[in-house]
Amino acid sequence: MNQLWIPIVIVAVIGLIAGLGLAIASILMAVPKDEKAEDIEAMLPGANCGACGYSGCSGYAKALAHGEAQPGLCAPGGAEVAKMVSQYLGLADVDVEAKVAVVHCLGSYDNTSDKMEYEGIQTCAAAAQLAGGVSSCRYGCMGLGDCVRSCAYGAIDVCNGVAHVEPSRCKGCSMCVKACPKQLISLVPLKKQAVVRCDNCDKGAMTNKVCKVGCIGCMKCQKVCEAGAVKVEHFHATVDPEKCIGCGKCVEACPRHCLTMMEHLQA
Amino acid sequence: MIKNLVAIFLAAILTENYVLNKFLGICPFLGVSKKLNTATGMSVAVTFVMVIATAVTWPIYMYLLVPNQLEYLQTIVFILIIAALVQLIEIALRKFMPPLYNALGIYLPLITTNCAVLGVTMLVIEKGAADPTFGYVQSLVNAFGSGIGFMVAMVLFAGVRERLETNDIPKFLKGLPITLIAASLVAVSFLGFQGLVDGLLG
Repeated sequence: MNQLWIPIVIVAVIGLIAGLGLAIASILMAVPKDEKAEDIEAMLPGANCGACGYSGCSGYAKALAHGEAQPGLCAPGGAEVAKMVSQYLGLADVDVEAKVAVVHCLGSYDNTSDKMEYEGIQTCAAAAQLAGGVSSCRYGCMGLGDCVRSCAYGAIDVCNGVAHVEPSRCKGCSMCVKACPKQLISLVPLKKQAVVRCDNCDKGAMTNKVCKVGCIGCMKCQKVCEAGAVKVEHFHATVDPEKCIGCGKCVEACPRHCLTMMEHLQA
Repeated sequence: MIKNLVAIFLAAILTENYVLNKFLGICPFLGVSKKLNTATGMSVAVTFVMVIATAVTWPIYMYLLVPNQLEYLQTIVFILIIAALVQLIEIALRKFMPPLYNALGIYLPLITTNCAVLGVTMLVIEKGAADPTFGYVQSLVNAFGSGIGFMVAMVLFAGVRERLETNDIPKFLKGLPITLIAASLVAVSFLGFQGLVDGLLG
């Protein structure tokens, strides 16, 4: 009989000790959970994109719960999440301006060409190391899609050698802004305004050689702008979104067609 | 004594590598070796658990099971102990070492049923039965070496896999097939260490 009972007792006792030990340990060494942070994390979109500057949604929720961060930093969540979070925390509403990413280049194969046949590692970051990149324009999009891979929302396509952001899908998380080695992508407020689709700071003649639609710095846009929003510096136009009234005069005046109205960005 | 321990340690890493020679723990070896940092995290956790599991199971086997002639209960008792131990370590780490807990976090529960851990605890006892000088300290050194061997295999293979990512692989070999082929080649290369430890220290 003992042959049967001793093993059963031994295994049962070991199991019991292990179970009790674990139960006691979990009570003794319980880590108090931060309920506030957990509630806030449930409100956040959970994209873990890092646009807020914290390590993922849980990091941002923790910072919010401890009062170290302001609501409204969450780009994918936008105004809705900012409102929910500030209500939960009892703070005043924060205005969140919706922003979308815009690629400041129109250098498709129709407008510009590659200066080499590139067969190396198929990423922009690698190609940019080699003689300033694949594209004959040293500022231009190389179309190898680092931004496409960085986008968690599938909002970016590389089409005919140039990246394009689909504004309706873009959440403004700024991951592509960080991914582009040529710094061609920026976040612009989603409103009626003009955007410059070129980043070339070379002199007009040099730009003209490499691209049909590159900004040559002719100043026409700056002259027609009544709001003083368009500035040409370093042979390259920029639009100040805060001043731009969206009249569209600069777009009409541009001989290179590299200025576009925001609402025409939708492909 | 020291020489003996060094020989055991090196043998556990090179000639008796658990992944590449005994083919235990293949699941995490293929599953978690995609990136170098996750591979390192997993291996550190495995090493940690291997040593502690051996430290606990060896006395239980020698002083509880053997006197009662219950050697046949080895597997079930060891699994029970390892599972409870991993849970306990997890709870303790969360309380006392949050950074380490965050680093190992998801890998710790995965190890509970890792066959390499069970393999180490059982094989050191087999070795002890064959060689009376192979005692508690030797078992612990062997367990630590096995963990380091697991890490060597994981880190090496993570490097191989990162290379594979950028290669142009035929469609029918993409994914797991080429990974298994690469794993077998790494394993074959480890056969070259056979006899090395005896030659070095013998």
